[in-house]
Amino acid sequence: MSRRILEHPVLGNLQDNKYISFTFNNKNYEGLESESIAAALLANGIRTLRYHEESGSPRGIYCNIGHCFECRVTVNGTQGVRACLTPLQAGMVIESGGKLPTPVRDWSAENE
Amino acid sequence: MNDVIIVGAGPAGLSAGITCAKKGLGVLIIDEYMKPGGRLLGQLYEEPNGSWWNGIQESTSLYEHAVDLGIQFQLNTPVNNIEKLDQSWVIYTDKHTFNTDHLLLATGAAESPVPVPGWTLPGVMSVGAAQVMTNVHRVKPGERGVIIGVNVLSAAIAMELQLAGIDVACLTLPKLNKITKNAAQPKDVLESLLHVSHMAPSPLIRFGSKLMKNDFMKKMGVTFYPKEGVKMWDIPIQLRKAVINIYGDGEVEGITSATIDANGEVVSGSEENIACDFVCIAGGLYPLTELAAVAGCPFYLIDELGGYVPLHNERMETTLDGLYVAGNITGIEGAKVAIAQGVTAGLSIAENAGISGLDVDIQHSIQSIELTRDKAYIQFHPEVKKGKRILKEQWKEYERSVKKLVH
Ligand SMILES: Cc1cc2nc3c(=O)[nH]c(=O)nc-3n(C[C@H](O)[C@H](O)[C@H](O)COP(=O)(O)OP(=O)(O)OC[C@H]3O[C@@H](n4cnc5c(N)ncnc54)[C@H](O)[C@@H]3O)c2cc1C
Ligand code: FES
Repeated sequence: MSRRILEHPVLGNLQDNKYISFTFNNKNYEGLESESIAAALLANGIRTLRYHEESGSPRGIYCNIGHCFECRVTVNGTQGVRACLTPLQAGMVIESGGKLPTPVRDWSAENE
Repeated sequence: MNDVIIVGAGPAGLSAGITCAKKGLGVLIIDEYMKPGGRLLGQLYEEPNGSWWNGIQESTSLYEHAVDLGIQFQLNTPVNNIEKLDQSWVIYTDKHTFNTDHLLLATGAAESPVPVPGWTLPGVMSVGAAQVMTNVHRVKPGERGVIIGVNVLSAAIAMELQLAGIDVACLTLPKLNKITKNAAQPKDVLESLLHVSHMAPSPLIRFGSKLMKNDFMKKMGVTFYPKEGVKMWDIPIQLRKAVINIYGDGEVEGITSATIDANGEVVSGSEENIACDFVCIAGGLYPLTELAAVAGCPFYLIDELGGYVPLHNERMETTLDGLYVAGNITGIEGAKVAIAQGVTAGLSIAENAGISGLDVDIQHSIQSIELTRDKAYIQFHPEVKKGKRILKEQWKEYERSVKKLVH
């Protein structure tokens, strides 16, 4: 089933259909040029954009307009890019951030 | 150096830019979003006369008008900081630094979060996020959603989701806790719903709103409210049930709701699960004011306007020389009011930039804001006019104190 809303009773039908390729976590996908990265991924059924730095829990978009920073991904090597604000371009390499080590906390948990 | 720089290409920023450009000023509009139009882009509702307010069309026509007038745009460009140096404003972005004598902040509003257990699961989003996915990007936020939070915006967006063929299982409330206090009280929610009742085809809500004009009746209304809720646009609204948890393995799979009594407490044993693949949280809007705060504007907390607003006068001037505000940064209202405020801000800027003979126009534009406010179809706060009066008093107070300092 298509996740794109191609027909709409008031907004009309979608004409824009220039699909381009990009990768997300090393897999190939297609999206519309200049749509947001978050929209392109959701259209491909992908909700999880990153894993929380400390807990490792999965995270997706929350506000979708640039306010909450929940949607940060790495784009062509640049970290902390907001997927909801960034237009998709052909050949983009997009990656999720993951859990980071917490050596100080781990150490204190073991030694206190 | 630009004559005028505007942060925010929403309805307020665009209309202010157009007004300035028509007076011959050189305008640059900066916005971090990829498209011009701000939150107007996602808006879609039927007006009382049967025509549709189509935010994408409205945004496009404002933008095209602006481009025709030679206004320059920097999209995809977040403004990180502003400061005043040597009598002029400096605007900092990731790549460039801009300068101007007249800076308008038209940064709009943001949604208040409402923490609900499980709300970090992918598939949980603010109700505005679902609106933008659906109407602007034309991607379904999911096949079947639950909306937590019953207010003007969530009611309007529920209808928009349905219009796009997305199933809305129900509108419901978050469980009462310290932060969600007002949004979770059935009585308070009913009160706020009185102000969307004209939008509701359901006779029960229309009838109900007349019944519930006084406090006692409102309590009765909640107590006698059918457990399965009433329907608005065929969507059940559950005022006696609250979401106590959002569950799912790695993604949203459903919510658990439970019956709450008229005081907002959970009736134990009443828990039930509702399957869905997305959840929207609707906590209401507040003015997005960081840049005005960084600049050093004095602020007032005015609930009727949605939160803290920078002190400004009817001409949209702040207390800082060359710094103006317009749109939802001055209080939460609809896009038509934002457009009207943009005109006033634009005229004030033009006058302060040395164009004479604008006094009558400015007075007219201020009246036109009032008229637009009176006719507003969607009103976010019933007492918005009271909020504006409070602010006006504060401005007078400020002027008196400045005069004292000078003398
Ligand atoms: C999620 C959401 C949904 C809404 N839905 C409706 C609705 O359905 N109906 C309705 O009547 N009203 C709605 N509103 C209210 C809306 O705020 C007004 O209708 C109107 O759009 C306000 O216009 P504005 O120009 O003040 O701000 P906005 O339209 O919000 O435009 C502000 C612009 O400023 C930009 N911006 C903000 N900060 C920065 C920065 N630091 N750097 C660069 N750019 C920046 C933003 O990207 C945005 O494009 C909604 C508001 C929100 C937040
Ligand atoms: S989803 Fe909130 S910043 Fe992108």
